[in-house]
Amino acid sequence: MLRRTPLHDRHIALGARMVPFAGWEMPVQYEGVIPEHKAVRRDAGVFDVSHMGELEVEGPTARDLLQATLSNDVDKLEPGDAQYTLVTNETGGIVDDVILYRLDRHRYLIVANASNVAAVFSWLKERELRGSDVRDVSDDYALLAVQGPRALERLGFAPTRPFTWTMSDVEGIEVMVNRTGYTGEEGVELACMAEEAGRLWDTILHRGVVPCGLGARDTLRLEVCYPLHGNDIGPDWDAISSGLGWACELDTEFTGADRLRAIKADGPAQKLVPFAMTDKAIPRQGMAVVGGGEVTSGTMSPMLEVGIGMAYLPAAASKAGTELVIDVRGKERHGVVAKKPLYKKEQ
Amino acid sequence: MAASESYPDELLYHSEHDWARIDGDEATLGVTWFAQDALGELVHYEAPDVGSTVSKDASYGEVESVKAVSDLISPLSGEVLEVNQKVVDAPETVNEDPYGDGWLIRIRMSSAGERDQLLSAAEYKKVLEEA
Repeated sequence: MLRRTPLHDRHIALGARMVPFAGWEMPVQYEGVIPEHKAVRRDAGVFDVSHMGELEVEGPTARDLLQATLSNDVDKLEPGDAQYTLVTNETGGIVDDVILYRLDRHRYLIVANASNVAAVFSWLKERELRGSDVRDVSDDYALLAVQGPRALERLGFAPTRPFTWTMSDVEGIEVMVNRTGYTGEEGVELACMAEEAGRLWDTILHRGVVPCGLGARDTLRLEVCYPLHGNDIGPDWDAISSGLGWACELDTEFTGADRLRAIKADGPAQKLVPFAMTDKAIPRQGMAVVGGGEVTSGTMSPMLEVGIGMAYLPAAASKAGTELVIDVRGKERHGVVAKKPLYKKEQ
Repeated sequence: MAASESYPDELLYHSEHDWARIDGDEATLGVTWFAQDALGELVHYEAPDVGSTVSKDASYGEVESVKAVSDLISPLSGEVLEVNQKVVDAPETVNEDPYGDGWLIRIRMSSAGERDQLLSAAEYKKVLEEA
């Protein structure tokens, strides 16, 4: 039985195409992936991401637990701050990539990927310290991502620094406003009580924000080279090879830090890099790169109108500008390793 | 603009959601409204080479949307006379006009009897209802 978010009926009423995703029944598109994608790049779109999980970590030793289990430096966070960070395993692999919010002095919130909520919860629970308590509060909250150059304006929010959060309200509905997202655009992720999600969604649509599905979420994140856990990153790929060394504070001690320091010193054998096709072809997850390597994500870029993707490549072949050949169902198709992000806003 | 649902009576259909418009010993092939709707906006058409042969019930190419790839199943056997370059350049033409400007290839049929195995519009609609 697939789980449903508090907005399920509204998705159906809008004519969304629903698909199973990480145990949830989720909208993959309403009007179409491409118009939804362009709405986010040009104006504003809203995504129901209530399937994502929320874990609260509280107590006088909460900081110690998180510093010992997360790759980034927890001590950089003041209350009101947020940080992209990784739950790493002993080999430096990625149990999940999450956003950590510092709620107050001894209280933190982790937003985890839907498919990994249970894994992250038990990972932290098993490592709980005396004086720290980990709770799964996912069912209490709905999460709506409002993204795009006009997202803040349409919601009536003043511009704020990325990776911060504040409490606010939208027409009387109390929301935690997180200046985070997964599209490469300015925007917010709004957490509200599950029972208020419908009213919040209606209000946001009423402000002219376009409903967007998981299809556009995937093409948007891939254009700006944000990795997707389960596709591009996972427990079997270490964070350095995955290109996420910037989210690892190797001067702190956390699970797998020794391995990551060694990999960094030796240089990784393979690297996750973005690429764009020069031939007319669309790379897809699982396709082989001729000479070694594998595509982990691929699509047609709605903005660039070429095939784009990410792949693990041998380090020697992973420099931007290097040509690569992908086996597209038996046909050799050419592309070139690119720099992140693949898509950049026109100035 | 996406087309609205229709299955013209003058065409013959294959249950894999392809149509054929037969004219003498030549046929024009494409995909049905149902196929393009299921895929969503098309962004790539991998066409066969002119002069190659296509076989009834076998794949002669692919169309792709952002999310999915679909084989093109030929309703008839024959030699490829022409590929619709307009669809190669602008695959969304199939979504806009699946039975007109969105045709995919034109062939010279090699087996005239095969047409009798194809479905009428009414029979194809029954296939869709039962799916």
